[in-house]
Amino acid sequence: MTRPEQKSLLIKGGHLIDPAARINASMDVLLRDGRVVEVAVPNKIRGGGDEKFDARGLIVAPGFIDLHVHLREPGQSYKETIATGTAAAAAGGFTSVCTMPNTQPVVDTAEWVSWLRQPERGAVVNVFPIAAATRGSKGGTLTDFSALQRAGAVAVTDDGKPILDDDIMRMALRLGAELNLPVVQHAEDTRVTENCSMHAGPTSFRLGLRAMPGSAEATVVDRDVTLAQQIRESRLHVAHLSTSDALKAVRRGKRAKARVTCEITPHHFTLIDENVGEYDTNFKMNPPLRSATDREAILVALADGTVDAIATDHAPHAAHEKQVEFERAAFGITGLETALGLAVTHLHRTHKIPLTRIVELFTSGPARVFDLSGRGSLARGSFADVTIFDPKKRWTFEAANTRSLSRNTPFDGCQLTGKAVATIVAGRIVYGM
Amino acid sequence: MNKPARGSLLGIEHLDTKEIVGLLKLARRMNPQKARPLLRGKRVVLLFYEASTRTRSSFEFAAKSLGAMTTLVQSSGSSIEKGESVIDTGYTLRAVGADCIVMRHPSAGAPHLMATHLDIPIINAGDGMHEHPSQALLDAVTILKHKKSFKGLQATIIGDIFHSRVARSACHLLTRFEVKITLCGPPEFVPDVAATLVPGLRVTRHIEDALRGTDVVMLLRVQTERLAGQKIRLQDYIARYQMTAARLKLAKRDAIVMHPGPIIRGLELTAEVADGPQSVIVDEVHNGVPTRMAILARALGKVR
Repeated sequence: MTRPEQKSLLIKGGHLIDPAARINASMDVLLRDGRVVEVAVPNKIRGGGDEKFDARGLIVAPGFIDLHVHLREPGQSYKETIATGTAAAAAGGFTSVCTMPNTQPVVDTAEWVSWLRQPERGAVVNVFPIAAATRGSKGGTLTDFSALQRAGAVAVTDDGKPILDDDIMRMALRLGAELNLPVVQHAEDTRVTENCSMHAGPTSFRLGLRAMPGSAEATVVDRDVTLAQQIRESRLHVAHLSTSDALKAVRRGKRAKARVTCEITPHHFTLIDENVGEYDTNFKMNPPLRSATDREAILVALADGTVDAIATDHAPHAAHEKQVEFERAAFGITGLETALGLAVTHLHRTHKIPLTRIVELFTSGPARVFDLSGRGSLARGSFADVTIFDPKKRWTFEAANTRSLSRNTPFDGCQLTGKAVATIVAGRIVYGM
Repeated sequence: MNKPARGSLLGIEHLDTKEIVGLLKLARRMNPQKARPLLRGKRVVLLFYEASTRTRSSFEFAAKSLGAMTTLVQSSGSSIEKGESVIDTGYTLRAVGADCIVMRHPSAGAPHLMATHLDIPIINAGDGMHEHPSQALLDAVTILKHKKSFKGLQATIIGDIFHSRVARSACHLLTRFEVKITLCGPPEFVPDVAATLVPGLRVTRHIEDALRGTDVVMLLRVQTERLAGQKIRLQDYIARYQMTAARLKLAKRDAIVMHPGPIIRGLELTAEVADGPQSVIVDEVHNGVPTRMAILARALGKVR
């Protein structure tokens, strides 16, 4: 996958948006040997390009990075594999994905981190493992952060479960600070969310479902931000943030210059709790769809720079895990193929967030969160990971045609505007319409 | 996934007012002693994932009074114990020859799940904290036997509304006929969000305020097992919310006292109130059979 590409590829006639390089203009881009070798105004690149890609009318952007995906290997390959999950990623315009460790077994050793990165897994985009923060993600004993990092882990987390114990979280942030390794928190006070299956509000009351209050997220984020402020050089990343109060805590941390970052999923900026309708389990995820007020706050934070990244929380599940009672259904939805379309449709077209900001949220933003050097920008010398998309393309997402092994999406049949046209990883086209 | 079959009764919320009126009229015409065999040859499955006395026995009598065959399937002693999913149990019962499934389940929405996968009517006999539509209908029948009409009526529901499917269905039904409803109880039982269920609901913490001028007093069982984790103490609840003869005097003189049962004397109400002249608690149970006859007749298409 990262094998150097011998031929060169010239992307001609496109409009380049590279927020990290502050470029928003018509530019040609030349890729060779897995790197960006030249970026220049149209028709200035001479003698390059064994192959050419005609990008007229299209946006050329640094390869999109998804900080939060569940590719289910090892252990749950009936839901997804690294091969199928990364194929879905490529189709959605992602050139890099960061995989969550809540697999079977949990990715809590250097061996498993290495295993995820082996060519035998069949990944078509870059895979950056996030390792477990505690052994078996049980919240008791920290894993060997240093060994995990050396094996290639870009962060640690107990995703799916929060680290609730103050001392453990403090120790994780301290150790992370020493190694410059971010600690990713799934913020949920599980002491108050037991047996809950959606957000607490009028809809959960109407449906008679036990429900999670927004405060169950905010209190954990609040504590974590406080710890991040206390522990010098520590890095806290708030996964799939979903409530307005949690955003307040993140803003507080950022104002105090703590190294606090956060991500928002496409479903949280698109949908609200009411959309659960009559117990549709494709609208069940954790954190749950929140109130309209929370969604408004999220839209503001996406626009004003509080949010660092859009991340999908791609969480495939088999049909039999979703076609059950709402309370028993698995949490999570797929998201890799719909993220860009939802961002362009809802953030750009409806809420007028500039495309440059949206590209930032998919590229330089996430690259900074996990220090993915050489990615998230197309500056000369960067990795030749490129996402080429058509911001005006109208299309309908059909779950039946997904590249993922699973079809648990609330966006089946959804009309979207904006679609990846070509996804280039290390100079090679891994997806092209 | 498909639309629920015609004749399904999953809740009151999505039922047309016209259909509610039709069911109430039909229920009043039904007589278990002189029933016509409208459902002869039909097979009705009573699928109960949860304990029940009243609902189960009255659905069974209702079906048999109309000439249907019934069979009871419970979670213990069936394949459900072995891990069969709701949908697979539904497919199995359909294949056995069920024409209709009456279903009680501890999970909200389970009858809806079943109905969207089967082509036969599904009757919700209570799903988790969601709805209990046949109870709301039989309560409406009971109210109409004691009051001329719903016009201008005030109703008060007291107790654990949060956990109550009976309360949710009652609110959906009675507000359709512009009955003004007051919900009363401590915040643990009656959260403020309860008022958002349908327009026309009011929440109060004070039982005196709730009772003044009301025509219908609906009490709910205090589920002591649920009190365990709550802040509220039983003695406090009794002191503040128990229905006593003295408190009942605050309601209209001809107010009726209802309770879906099972009642716990000395807890949510005194024996004096339970057995008093204003109590229609036994009458409610009595109306259960004709009401469920109407529901089954509608489900199996013999009476439209």
